Amino acid sequence: MGFTLSGCGLVHANGHRALEQVSLAAVQGERLAVIGASGAGKTTLLRVLGASLKPGEGEVNLLASAPWRLAPGPLRRLRARIGTIHQQPPIPPRLRVVTAVLAGRLGRWPLWRAITSLVYPADMAGAHAALAQLGLGDRLFDRCDRLSGGQLQRVGIARVLYQQPALMLADEPVSSLDPTLADQTLAALVAASERDGATLVASLHAVDLALKWFPRIVGMRSGRVVFDLPAGSVTPEMLSALYASEGGVPPVHGVDPHPHDSAAPEVVASPALQPARL
Amino acid sequence: MTTLASPPPAVARDPAWSGRVGGIIAFVVALWPLLAWSEFRPWLLFDSQGLQAMRGFLAGFLPPSTAPDFLVLLARSTLETLAMATAGMALAFVLAAPLAFVATRALSISRIGPGPGVWRAAGVRQSARFVLMVLRAVPEVVWALVLVRALGLGPGAGVLALGIAYGGLLGKVYSEILESTDTQPARALLEAGSGRLVALLYGLVPGAAQELASYTVYRWECAVRASVVMGFVGAGGLGQLMDQSMKMLNGGEASAILLTFLLLVLLADGISAALRKALA
Repeated sequence: MGFTLSGCGLVHANGHRALEQVSLAAVQGERLAVIGASGAGKTTLLRVLGASLKPGEGEVNLLASAPWRLAPGPLRRLRARIGTIHQQPPIPPRLRVVTAVLAGRLGRWPLWRAITSLVYPADMAGAHAALAQLGLGDRLFDRCDRLSGGQLQRVGIARVLYQQPALMLADEPVSSLDPTLADQTLAALVAASERDGATLVASLHAVDLALKWFPRIVGMRSGRVVFDLPAGSVTPEMLSALYASEGGVPPVHGVDPHPHDSAAPEVVASPALQPARL
Repeated sequence: MTTLASPPPAVARDPAWSGRVGGIIAFVVALWPLLAWSEFRPWLLFDSQGLQAMRGFLAGFLPPSTAPDFLVLLARSTLETLAMATAGMALAFVLAAPLAFVATRALSISRIGPGPGVWRAAGVRQSARFVLMVLRAVPEVVWALVLVRALGLGPGAGVLALGIAYGGLLGKVYSEILESTDTQPARALLEAGSGRLVALLYGLVPGAAQELASYTVYRWECAVRASVVMGFVGAGGLGQLMDQSMKMLNGGEASAILLTFLLLVLLADGISAALRKALA
C-alpha cells in the first residue's frame, strides 16, 4: 500500500516542465507535507498522486496498483479510494452543504443511491459527523453560496473526510483560514488519517504549519524534490534556499511576506518557527 | 521591485492588439459582399409605393375577427398547437438528453490522465455530435413535408417532425451549455471515481439548471411558432387555420390568430421567468 513514484517527469501541454525526475515513496499511514515556492510543482505532484495526471516519464504506483496499466473499471475503483482536497473547492454554488459532503462517496455508492440521495439525503448523520469535526455541523442544510470562502474550503475538506479514502491528498487545504482555524483543521485531517490509517500528503504554503503537523517534509523547487527529511532535520538554511525566488523568506501562515509589494519585512515571530527549527 | 514610470519595451504594447484590429477588419470585409449578394436594401421599405402596398395589406387585418364559431375553432386549434409543440418537445428531449450526455466532453473519464480508451471515447463523442448535426440539418418543415406523406394530414406528423429537428438542436445546445458552465466540480467527482451520470447530476446540472430550463422553454416557444409553418404543409393546429384564413383573404381571422400567438409567447416568457426564479 502507500505509494511509490520513481523517476516521474511531466511536461504540461503548454510546454512548461512541471516535474523532473521525481522519486518519492511513502508507506501506508505516513504523513508528508510538500513545501516550496509557488510554481514549484506541488499541485502537479498531488495530481499525479491522485491518478488525475499521467506523467510522461517514470512509474507510478498507488495503493499497490499501477493506475495507468489498469482497465477503466479498476481505475475508477482505485480513484474512489483516493480523496483530493482541492485548492479551490470544486463545489457548485447552488448545492446544499449536505449534498456537497455526501458527494464524497459517489465513487462507492450504487447509481440508485446517488440518484435517490438528490431527492432525500442518504446519510445525513454521516455528513453531519464529517462537518462537526471541522466546526461546521450547524451549516448542514445551507446552500454553499451562502458560505464564506473559509467555510466553503472546510466543506471541501468535510467531503474528503466523509469519503474516508486510503490516500488523502490536500492541496493548500487551509489557505483561506485564519491561523486558529488552520490549526484546528489540520488537526482534524491528521486525526482522520490516524483513525483510518490513511496516508496523508498535503502541500502547504505555510512552513510553520508543515513543521508543526507533519513528521516528514518534502521540499520542492522547479519541479524537483530538493530535500525529503524528518521535520526535525530541516534547517533554516534549507528553507532559505528553497524560497530563494521569494526573497529567501519562508512564508508563515497568516503573514503576508510582501505587503504593498515593498521590500520583504521582518517575519513576525511565530512559535513554530522560533526554537531549534529555524 | 518594479517601477511604473518607464515600462520596459516588452510591455509597451498589448500583444493582442494587432489580432483584434485584424479580426474587426476581416469581419467587415467579409460582411459587405454578403449584404450585397443577399439584396439587402432596407431603404426600399420606406419607398412610397412599398408603404402604400403594406398599408393596404395590413388594413385588411383590422379588426380581429370575434365571430363565435371562429373563436371555437381558434380555441381548438390553439389546444392542438400547444399539444403538438409540447409532445414534440417531449420527444425532442428524449432524443437530445442521451445524445448530449454522450457528446459532453466535460464528462469524459478517459480524458483524465489521459487514460485508457481515450481515442475510442473521442470517436463515440464525435459520432454523437454527428447524429445531432444530421437531425438538425434538415429543417422541421421539410421533415413535416416528408412525414405528412407517410402519416397523413394532421398534428401527428408535426409532432414527429418537431421531435427530430428539435432533438438535434436541443442536444447540441445542452452539451454546449454543460461545457460552458464550471466543469471543475464534475471533473473532481470523476477524479474521485464517480460515474458519468452521477458527475452530470452532482457536478454539472446544479450549475447549469437555470440555463438548461430557460433554453428548453425558449425552444418550446419556438416549437409553438414552428407549428404554424408546419400547419401550412398540412400538419394541423393554428398554422392550418392561418393557412385557410389567408387563402380566403380573411384578414380579421389572421390577426386574431396572430394575437393568440402573442399571448402564447407571453405565456412562455412567464413560465421561463418562473422556472429561472425557482432554480436560482
